[in-house]
Amino acid sequence: MQDVWKTYRIGELDLPVLRGVSLRVERGEMVALMGASGSGKTTLMNILGCLDRPSSGRYWLEGQEITRLAADERAFLRNRKIGFVFQNFNLLPRTSALENVRMPTLYGPERIPDREAEERARALLERVGLGDRMDHEPSQLSGGQQQRVAIARALVNRPSLLLADEPTGNLDSHTSEEILRMFQQLNEEEGITIVLVTHDAGVASHARRTIRIRDGLVEDDSNPGEPGRTPAGPPSMTRSAPAEARP
Amino acid sequence: MRLLSRRFYSRTLRTAFQALRRNIMRSTLTTLGIIIGVAAVIAMMEIGNGSARTIEKSIATMGADNLTVASGAAASGGVTFGGGSADTLTPEDAEAILAECPAVRAVAPLVRTRTQVVYGNRNWVPLFIFGSTPDYLDVRRWSVAQGDPFTDQDVRNAAKVCLLGQTIVRELFQGLSPVGEEIRVKNVSFKVVGVLSAKGSNMMGMDQDDIILMPWTTIKRRISRSALRETNQSQAAAGDTAQRVNSLNDLYPGQGSLYPLPSANQLANNPLPVRFINIDQILVAAQSAEKVPQAIRQIAELLRQRHRIGPDELDDFNIRDMTEITRAMTATTHLMTRLLLCVALISLVVGGVGIMNIMLVSVTERTREIGLRMAVGARARDILRRFLVEAVVLCLLGGAIGILTGRGSSMLLRNVMKWPTELSVGAIVAAVAVSVTVGVIFGYYPAWKASRLDPIDALRYE
Repeated sequence: MQDVWKTYRIGELDLPVLRGVSLRVERGEMVALMGASGSGKTTLMNILGCLDRPSSGRYWLEGQEITRLAADERAFLRNRKIGFVFQNFNLLPRTSALENVRMPTLYGPERIPDREAEERARALLERVGLGDRMDHEPSQLSGGQQQRVAIARALVNRPSLLLADEPTGNLDSHTSEEILRMFQQLNEEEGITIVLVTHDAGVASHARRTIRIRDGLVEDDSNPGEPGRTPAGPPSMTRSAPAEARP
Repeated sequence: MRLLSRRFYSRTLRTAFQALRRNIMRSTLTTLGIIIGVAAVIAMMEIGNGSARTIEKSIATMGADNLTVASGAAASGGVTFGGGSADTLTPEDAEAILAECPAVRAVAPLVRTRTQVVYGNRNWVPLFIFGSTPDYLDVRRWSVAQGDPFTDQDVRNAAKVCLLGQTIVRELFQGLSPVGEEIRVKNVSFKVVGVLSAKGSNMMGMDQDDIILMPWTTIKRRISRSALRETNQSQAAAGDTAQRVNSLNDLYPGQGSLYPLPSANQLANNPLPVRFINIDQILVAAQSAEKVPQAIRQIAELLRQRHRIGPDELDDFNIRDMTEITRAMTATTHLMTRLLLCVALISLVVGGVGIMNIMLVSVTERTREIGLRMAVGARARDILRRFLVEAVVLCLLGGAIGILTGRGSSMLLRNVMKWPTELSVGAIVAAVAVSVTVGVIFGYYPAWKASRLDPIDALRYE
């Protein structure tokens, strides 16, 4: 990610939220994005998640430049490569956990057959420890369980990047711990790149690298990737090679 | 290609059903709007159609389906004698009309006269003394209040029987039952076999109950040809004036024959051609008021053929329909149709607004869901289709239930409250077509709005 600016226009006033952020996240990293509220970390996360486009600057995801993609192309990209976990879970109400997890398979460039989608969803729910709760609706699940459903949903299309926006914001410390351990596990066992957005240093400490954002700029990068590779190409966030074998 | 696959459709539909089932209440309310719209239209149209048909029927009893065939005008030396003065219509014409014109329901030959009738010490000159067949009652949709109508047998025998109108009963019998009594017309006794029901005055203000009805053969043969002439002075002038034998004519001097009576010799030298029995008018009832023009065409064609009228010659008869009544009827029917249309439109608009409201609420309510779906990779197009399919499914469901409800309620009204209703296939088709269209249009706007949402804003929406 190179020199990313994001400016919101409020009335006549240009309000710069990101003022030239450059960073690089390698495949398989677990990064915590930290910053006080208003520092621009959510905006940065939206751009990382291809939900939003930067006002200027460039952003590569697996070597693909996102900045110029059309809305539909970005939708496909989100569907295939990015999983989202939200602070407030965002599960579909009155829908079983299984259906919730299957939901992303309904979209995307090519449809996953129903049976395969269901198998995947079941396997993922087993994995997050909700094998016996597949038919429960979100209202029948605890916060931690809901967040686990949300994680399973984020994983169902086998993304390479998992974006978690304050995933523990609505959970008590014990469940938070469980969820964070799950992220660590996913990162270590599956090699999924994880970006945690948080303002809690305790949460951030689970990540191997912490990026602090302040007033739209990277203030502090505790472990900025592999330094040797940065100057060569454009400093690209994420992995440079598109299709590496995933475990 | 994907758009065309059946599996794709079944999946889209299933997803829509799932979404609708997820919020049963909202779906039910939406459908209710359509159900009410469609049902209201169908029920209103059926009730309206039934009422319109009933109104048409009652107007038809006034004679909207009636036609009068009168003979044309006779002319002599450049002087015409007015309509009906030519003796060209025969009873056979009447029979032929009934047999050969498919648009004709009933036919009655008509012979008129005007003379004094006597009962006991009272006398009266009825406005109408009509000779006809029992079919006359059918043509005029007139019923017999008391006694029985005369029969075809009576017509063949020129039987001395008659039916009296209410006014005659009042004047001659002073309200006593006349059935079985005898009245005298021109010194011929007639047995009263029945009394006609009251009909009131016609549109010209003439008392239609001031009538004596008898077999036309009786008038022709027993009340004499000359009496017939009395109804039409010009015709009388055109005919053989010598035959006029009526004491009334002597009331005014100077009305005697202008010409000397022909001697026996003269008559022998100028034999008159054999006279066919002619009748004054033929009364025709068409199958329905709408078929009147058709009936007129068929009768005109038939009579021209029967009367051997060449292509360049004018008709020797006149056919008149009840223009005034027909106009009233058309006006009424149009009014009813317009009224029904208004009701239907209002119902549909109400239903449509209901659909739109619920759809908009649904989109607002599901903003976060839309945001989420977009975040995990749904394109604007996917969102649009999703909402559109939901709208269409709701509309079709509502339409189907609406048809059943509408039909059911109109049937209930007919069976329980005895309201006249009539099945209207057009209404069903129109109601469903329009409400589905309304549903799709009103479903489209919220769907489009949903697809325009920015996923970031949508996700943050509370």
